[in-house]
Parts: sequence; structure tokens; C-alpha cells
Amino acid sequence: MGHGDGRAHFYVMDYFAQQFINGISLGAIYGLIAIGYTMVYGIIGMINFAHGEIYMIGAFIALMVMVAFGIGEGGLVIVALLSALLVSMALTSLYGWVLERVAYRPLRGSQRLAALISAIGMSIALQNYVQLTQGARVKTLPPIIQGGFEFQFGDTDFIVRLSALQIMIVLVTIALMAVFALLIARTALGRAQRACQQDQSMAALLGVNVDRTISLTFVMGAALASVAGLMVTLYYGVIDFFVGFIAGIKAFTAAVLGGIGSIPGAMLGGLLIGFTEAMWSGYFSIEYKDVATFSILVIVLIFLPTGILGTPEVEKV
Amino acid sequence: MRPPFASPLLRDAVLVAGIAGVLAFPFVGLLLTTQGTAPTLSTRFPEFAGAVVLIFFGRLGISAARRGHSLFPIVLGIAMATVGAFSLLFETTGMAADSAAPWHAFVPGTFLATVASAGGVAIAVVAGRNHLLRDSVPVAQKPLPMKQLLLWTGIALAGVAIVLPLLPAVDRRLIDVATLVLTYVMLGWGLNIVVGLAGLLDLGYVAFYAVGAYSYALLSVTFGWSFWVCLPLAGALAALFGILLGFPVLRLRGDYLAIVTLGFGEMIRIILLNWYDFTNGPDGISNIGRPSFFGFQFAAKPAEGTESFHTLFGIAYDPVHRLIFLYYLILALALLTNAFTLRIRRLPVGRAWEALREDEIACRSLGVNPRNTKLSAFAIGAMFAGFAGSFFATRQGFVSPESFTFIESAILVAIVVLGGMGSQIGVAVAAIILVGLPEYFRELQEYRMLAFGMGMVLIMLWRPGGLLTHREPTIRTRPQPASA
Repeated sequence: MGHGDGRAHFYVMDYFAQQFINGISLGAIYGLIAIGYTMVYGIIGMINFAHGEIYMIGAFIALMVMVAFGIGEGGLVIVALLSALLVSMALTSLYGWVLERVAYRPLRGSQRLAALISAIGMSIALQNYVQLTQGARVKTLPPIIQGGFEFQFGDTDFIVRLSALQIMIVLVTIALMAVFALLIARTALGRAQRACQQDQSMAALLGVNVDRTISLTFVMGAALASVAGLMVTLYYGVIDFFVGFIAGIKAFTAAVLGGIGSIPGAMLGGLLIGFTEAMWSGYFSIEYKDVATFSILVIVLIFLPTGILGTPEVEKV
Repeated sequence: MRPPFASPLLRDAVLVAGIAGVLAFPFVGLLLTTQGTAPTLSTRFPEFAGAVVLIFFGRLGISAARRGHSLFPIVLGIAMATVGAFSLLFETTGMAADSAAPWHAFVPGTFLATVASAGGVAIAVVAGRNHLLRDSVPVAQKPLPMKQLLLWTGIALAGVAIVLPLLPAVDRRLIDVATLVLTYVMLGWGLNIVVGLAGLLDLGYVAFYAVGAYSYALLSVTFGWSFWVCLPLAGALAALFGILLGFPVLRLRGDYLAIVTLGFGEMIRIILLNWYDFTNGPDGISNIGRPSFFGFQFAAKPAEGTESFHTLFGIAYDPVHRLIFLYYLILALALLTNAFTLRIRRLPVGRAWEALREDEIACRSLGVNPRNTKLSAFAIGAMFAGFAGSFFATRQGFVSPESFTFIESAILVAIVVLGGMGSQIGVAVAAIILVGLPEYFRELQEYRMLAFGMGMVLIMLWRPGGLLTHREPTIRTRPQPASA
């Protein structure tokens, strides 16, 4: 540290603040992906293993749209971003819908592992589809959104940076969460979803179109994942066909951590995972950040087997 | 009169091709490349159009054949196959490279042409079969005696496996592939104890494989111990890891357990990758001791004072001897795993596993300790993975964390589930299909994993219960009547 005893305190504060900011932005992205896992698990009780790949596809489409708008050559940044968002959400949702129709719906009602294997197969196939068509090399995007705020606490020379992009990520996530919470709480679709989550056959008897509700669940999860994909592309500026795998595992971990089936839980889990990762990389070693994430998961599951916000399962004999 | 099939089938095919076109457009129709730091986008419209047209005709043919039409799909299938074959011909003879030629714009890539010809043949065959079977009255079939059939299939497979290296038509490459397949068969059988018998979904089985491989590698390189000394040690270490990892998490249920085991698998890989002093990190460990034939080396020139395998038997040195020995080694290990599983299913602990899989609450109320029972399944499964791991290390002579990624665990779970969860022969058949076929077609490297993933989905859709779903209860309270 080397700043003398008097100033070390401020340095610690600054460093913590920086890692906190990084952790929150990363956690918001994980949370958005985790919602897709948690909703699907809540409604049909399967791990949608290909959800990480849906997120990767969203990132690719968003990047393509931005490049098509001539980003980096002083194009209309706002227009490009909005079109990337809309096109990517639309196409990725279609991917989510087709995925459910082709690979999961025919297996509904057969043994539970069948759908999981089908999902793993789809995950492998989609990864290799993108690798084959777009190549294995990383795709880069120069930074588009620049600027932000810089803080300095006390008289240290450590500057805490809060970029405009990080603010945007958090704001977009909060806005989406608000819209989403309203959708679940107030609309007919949200009611149908909650009904299917509780009891599918009863919901069907009461006139809820279960197939349509499940399809729309996949569509919404994919749309949120594509937003996460767009933001990651902007944040890191680098994507390849493999980004979906590790992000998918972490987001699923986040969903389990928060209590699978619970949407606020997914967000909370995402934030916790992002936070752990940032803190661990900041204070210990960046190589072992994934080990830290999984250790947190194991510890939470041992003491809170249904996650933080999950409802305990009642076993009936 | 309008042909009865035209309208709904056409509408369906247009719809499917339309959706596929929208989905495929960004990935097939466009290409992202990076020049310097600036990303650029180029178009590939001919390929894209070819793919959409192919999907349209493919869907048309498939749904027509499914609805029992025969003439139309046969003609369509043959047409597709012909176009595909001609395109392949153009492609391979280099005529397509002549871009001035008028047909250039119409020749699709090798991939599309291959899919077109294979798909066309498949459609024509299915439709032809439908046509032939249409007039035949379904004969009341006697239900096959599944148990007998499975037994004989198993014996036949084992017989083929035993004589395989001695057959004249078999070359080094086939022995290599067969050895690899047998490694997966053994791992599949080991995982079958955990997933198939005890019903614990383990998505991190590869961790124990890695522990076995690294145990042997480190013991062999550090102390120079031989394979036969290290094999039981590697198994014991892997079992110990199974107990250590299993102890805190085995009370979790279903998918929670799956994700935690997945996490453990990744953790072990990350540790192997980063603990440079101990594991040599991403560079891996090389010069691992090769197995010996009970102390006799497989070397052209044996070291001073020792005898080599070929001098022992007085035959000429041939490098294939070592391959054949490795093949028999893994065959013996795999058969040992199989025999162990078949026997332990009849012991109280094996029955407790199967009972626990069916109903945990009932087991607990009958006095079965779920934790110890699960832990024993986990540890025994891990032990076999450890054996297989040390075999892997000695066969390759080199281990690195790259060999122990999540995809291996996924392949193994897929083998067990596709094989029919608990069926030993099913696991062997699934391993041959999932590992052997892709490995044998390694030239198609690029498309191999794509086909592998699609294959997993298609087999699951075709047989959701696994290839061999038949599962006899190991124990019956009352003997079955002889006629059944």
C-alpha cells in the first residue's frame, strides 16, 4: 500500500468502493440471466441448460446490429444502441421460443432427466453452430459509451471510477426489473404464469393455456438474457461463442443461491455472485474467483437448502 | 381436383423455412470479423439462401413422408440427393472454384451439399418404407423376451470386444478408437452406479476422473512407481475425494445436487489449472510412466538388464503390441466395473441404492441411512472414475486440465441417460454411438460437436426413456410365472 498509516484507511475505503461498483454492475448482468433460469425452473422444473447460449446469441446479434450501424465511425450511437436492443430482443426471443418448441415441449411429461439431456445437447449444438458460422476468434467492439464520474476520498491518489456505462447497466436492470415485476403481478399473463407454477393441471382446467404460458416464459427469459448480452458486449467489448457457458453456470448458481423459482431471489443471487466475484478478484486472486463463487453456493445450500428467498419444499407422502 | 396434401404441407413448410430463415439470417447470412480493432460485417447471401431452400424442401419431404404420402417424398428425396451429390462433385473436383462458370452462384458449400444428399436419401428411404408397409396387415407380434435378448446382446458385445484386436481387418486406428470407447464405457458404468442406481445426478463426475489421472501422473513422475502400484492408490484417492465432496452436499436433492457437483467439477479443474507448483498448471504433466506387461516393458530396446515384451515371447517388436495391451487392460477394467455393479445390485447396499432412488422417505422410515448409502454410491462411483483416470494417464503419457472440462461430464451423463438409466448394455451402446462414431469421423472435426449436440437432442426426442428402457426389478417377492 505504501501510503503511510494515516492514509491507508482511505485507500482501503476507495478500493472497496471501486470493487463494490464493479460488483454491482456485474451482478446486475448475472441477475438478468438468472431470471430466465429461475422462471423456467419455477414453471416446468427443469434446468434450461441452453439459456447461457441464448444469452450468447443475444450478445452476437446485438454486436452485429451495432456494427451494421457503423459504430466506431461516429454513427448515431443512441439509434444504434436502441436498434441493437430491439432487434436482439426480438430475434433472441424467437430463439427461446423455438428452443422450447423443438427440444423441450415434446419431452414434457417424460422422465425428468430427458429434458436436461436435451438441454445439454442443445447447448452444445448452439455453441458449435455459432462457432462454425462465425468462427472461433473473439469479436471485439471498441468502447462506445465513454465518460463517467471520478471520485477521490480524502487525500489519496486512488481514483474511484464510476463509468456512465455502469450507471446505464444498473439503471436498465432496475427498469427491466420494475416492468417485469409489474408484468408478473398485474397482467393476465403474470397470473397465468403464477397459476402454472403452482399447479399446471389445475390451471389448465381453469382455462389457462399452459403451452402458451410456458412458451411466453421462455420468450421473456430469452429477451432478458439478450439485454444482458448487449450490456456485456458494451462492458467488456469482447465476446466469443463460449461466453454463454460460464455466464450461464454463474447465473444458474445465482438463481439457486437466491432460491430457485423466486424472481427477486434471482436478482439478489446475481448481485451476491457479482459482488463475491469482484471482491475476491480485488482482494485475493483473480484465478480463483470461480472457486469462490461455487464455495459460496455450497455454503449457502448447506445451511439454507432452498436458497435465500426460496420457499421450503414440503414433502408429502 | 387439388391434390389433398398440397395446401397444409406447403403452408407448414413455408412457415418452418421462414422461421428458420429469420433465426439463421444473422449467423449464416452475415459474418462478423475483426480487422485490427474495428469489427466489420460482411454478407453471405448465397449460403443463406441455399440453407433456407434446403430447409423448405427438407421440411416438405419430412412432413409428406410422415403423413403417409409416398410418391412425392420419394421423388423429392431423390432430387435433393442428386442436387447435393452433384454439388459435392463440383466442390471436390474444383470446378466450383472457377468463379467465371455460370453455375458458380448456385453451388452451395460442402456442408449444405452433404446435408442435402444425406437428408434426401433419408426422406426417400422413409417414404419408400412407408409405401411398402402400407398394404401389409400389422401382424400381432409376440412381445420380445427382453431379458434374454439383453443377455445375448451383452454376451455378443463382450465376445466382439474380446476378439476385436485379433481380427485381420482391424487397424491401429480402430484399436485406438475402441480403447477410447471402452474408457467411456467404463466411466459410464461407474457413473451408472451414482446416477442410474442411486439416482444422484452428478454433473461433475469428471472431477474424480481427473483426480485418478493426476494421482497416477504425480506418483509416477515423482516416485517412479509403476502403474500396477498406483492403480489402487488412484482409485482410493478418488474415492476419498468422493467422500470429502459428497459428505456436505449429499443431503441436497435433485437439481441442487446437480449444480453443486458441477461446481465441484469446475473447481477441481480450476485448481489443477492454477496450482502451478503442484500440477504444473496448464502445461500439464508429461513423461508419465507407460504400463508394463507385469514388469516387462513395451520397448524396442529394453533397458540394461531387463527384458522386453517382445523378447519374452520371442516375437518381433511391433508398436501395436502396446496398443493391444492397453486395449485389453481397459477391457478388463471395464468388465470388472460391470461385474462389480451386477453383483453389488444383489447385495443389501445395492438394493438400498435402488430403493433410495425410488423413494427416499420410504427408505428412511424403513431404517436405511440415506446419507451413508448415498455416500457409498458416490465413493464407489468415484473409485471407478479414479481407475479409469489412471488408465487415461498411462495411455496418453500426458495429462493436462484441458482433458477434464465440463463437456466430458456432460457426455458421460448423456451416455448414462441415453443408455436408459441403470441399463448396463444401454450404457455400452450409448458410448459406442456418442463417442465411437464421432471419434471415427474425426475428419469432420468441425461439424463433429454440432452433430453430437443435435444427436443428443434427437435421440432424446426419439426415445425419451433412453435406448434400452427395459428395467427389471432386481428382486421380486414372488417368482414370475414361467409363461411370461
